[in-house]
Amino acid sequence: MKYLHLIWAALFRRKTRTILTLVSIITAFLLFGMLDAVRTSFNQAGQSANGAQRLQTGSKLSFIQTLPSALGAQIAQVPGVKMVTYANWFGGAYQDPHNQVFSFAVDNNYVDLYPEMDVSAAERKAFDDTRTGVLVGEKLAKRFGWKVGDKIPMQSTIFPNRQGDKNWNFDIVGIIHSKDKKAGAFFDAMMLLHWKYFDETTPYNQGNVGWYVTRVTDVNQADRVAKAIDAISANSDHETRTQTEQAATASWMKQLADIGLIVGSIMGAVFFTLLLLSGNTMMQAVRERTSELAVLKTIGFPSGSVLSMVLAESVLLVLLGGVIGLGLATVVVPALAAGSGGMLNLPGVGANTWVLGLVLMVVIGLLVGLLPALRAMRLNIVDALAGR
Amino acid sequence: MGTLIDIRDVSKVYERGKQKVEVLHGVNLAIEQGDFLALMGPSGSGKTTLLNLIGGLDSPTGGNITVGGQRIDQLGGGQLARWRAQHVGFVFQFYNLMPMLSAQRNVELPLLLTKLSASQRKQNAAVALKLVGLDDRSSHKPSELSGGQQQRVAIARAIVSDPTLLVCDEPTGDLDRQSAEEVLGLLRELNREHGKTIVMVTHDPKAAEAANHILHLDKGTLVEQATA
Ligand SMILES: Nc1ncnc2c1ncn2[C@@H]1O[C@H](COP(=O)(O)OP(=O)(O)OP(=O)(O)O)[C@@H](O)[C@H]1O
Ligand SMILES: [Mg+2]
Repeated sequence: MKYLHLIWAALFRRKTRTILTLVSIITAFLLFGMLDAVRTSFNQAGQSANGAQRLQTGSKLSFIQTLPSALGAQIAQVPGVKMVTYANWFGGAYQDPHNQVFSFAVDNNYVDLYPEMDVSAAERKAFDDTRTGVLVGEKLAKRFGWKVGDKIPMQSTIFPNRQGDKNWNFDIVGIIHSKDKKAGAFFDAMMLLHWKYFDETTPYNQGNVGWYVTRVTDVNQADRVAKAIDAISANSDHETRTQTEQAATASWMKQLADIGLIVGSIMGAVFFTLLLLSGNTMMQAVRERTSELAVLKTIGFPSGSVLSMVLAESVLLVLLGGVIGLGLATVVVPALAAGSGGMLNLPGVGANTWVLGLVLMVVIGLLVGLLPALRAMRLNIVDALAGR
Repeated sequence: MGTLIDIRDVSKVYERGKQKVEVLHGVNLAIEQGDFLALMGPSGSGKTTLLNLIGGLDSPTGGNITVGGQRIDQLGGGQLARWRAQHVGFVFQFYNLMPMLSAQRNVELPLLLTKLSASQRKQNAAVALKLVGLDDRSSHKPSELSGGQQQRVAIARAIVSDPTLLVCDEPTGDLDRQSAEEVLGLLRELNREHGKTIVMVTHDPKAAEAANHILHLDKGTLVEQATA
């Protein structure tokens, strides 16, 4: 610790170079923080105790293929099934096609399968009783300034009505509150509309169902139930695939992108570049300090101390930039999520990301400092003093 | 007074690739405690090499070097470093101060290797700076000081841990006449009033006059000449 001022002085011997290097370290760790938040958010999707009790049944072919509505009654007969509901994409947008809203047409009992959703009994009843009624998430309502009683015009990006245009009108009859604010940002950002209204208004759906959601009585029986459900439609023209919600979300996300791989490769490339860049900085820094290091050794500083000082210098450099970068990410990510009004559901930079980040900083710092530190340690005093 | 440094039959061979160059051949020399010795000689005669051996920066290829009763030619790198920290102060031609540190912090450097507390280090450094007449410049960086002042800071750094021996390689080589005189006056004072034993390499006969003895080195062999 009493060497700290020496290390600090060495670090800022060339201010411009150090600051430029710091900027790239800051950028790298800002990126790391943001991408890791995205990765965490993808991994967390569908991971909950309630989610484990739910099975999703969709077409085996693709998630946009529909299923016959008659299947519902058959699924309800499978032993171990407690409750079945169904839904379809609505693909709603408010006022502007860019204002996409997570919106599903759902059967009346849909809310019963999702204890995560908190809807008051009165509003639940209003939903059951109002053909054009919709339940909207708390965050979504805030985003557009909606309240119960509002009449809202929506466009569907998928389904036209019988007049042939895609304009739909709804009445807001209730607000969906999310019980778990952290995990549930998805629930309070969505809109649920009546299956009946949907099915009777669009000529396109023709009694088909997007997917079924099943609640099982026993989580441990989930696999068996899933197999039994798929067996119903085996060898038909609408074969199904039934998965736990968690697996379904994961495979659905995988169809979009293998986020782990993408994040991993981007960060790999970024950190590799960082390694070369700061390695070069440290090498230069030590090279031009040759005579100063020789003086330290002349005075009697042991080789080991010189080695540690250079290592400490490079770890300090990376830590300094890394903590600023990750700190920025910690501030920026929630701001981004808030600014998106619930569209982006990022969990923020958590303790795990910080721990991983700090470990990376120290490892990168040590790697970067290793060669220059060895060089400094092995420095021959007599040669260095003579400028050889 | 007794002998502080005893050099017996010392040789030094440098290997440049396959070629071996013997820079010092069988040097014998005894330096009294409290002496001020000037080493002169043509360029390449081995002055710096001999000085580095005396200061424990390098080890001889053959022969013995005893300083203060201790055989330093047999010490390993780590032991030599510890020995230097305790017994020797170094002054170089180009001052070799840390450019980022204030005069005060530069002088404190050797004390970082001791058990002294931060405030004691500060106090000792202040005393050393006062001794070289730069107590009013303690917060200046080397770049804000003249060559002569920088060399006096370097001398303060060399004496701050109170070593018995001062080893100076052309301490006035980069200074104008007046600054050189100041530095030499300072060295003389350290020798006479504070009892430091000084070995100084110089090209300048006037600088050599500051010493008690002058030794000449030629092609790696000592030729004793005048005594001041
Ligand atoms: N590490 C080394 N490797 C190879 N040769 C060396 C080494 N150190 C010194 N020499 C050679 O040894 C000889 C003596 O060098 P030294 O530096 O002791 O001379 P010097 O008397 O101090 O000269 P100057 O007055 O120019 O400083 C020179 O020929 C030099 O090239
Ligand atoms: Mg020399």
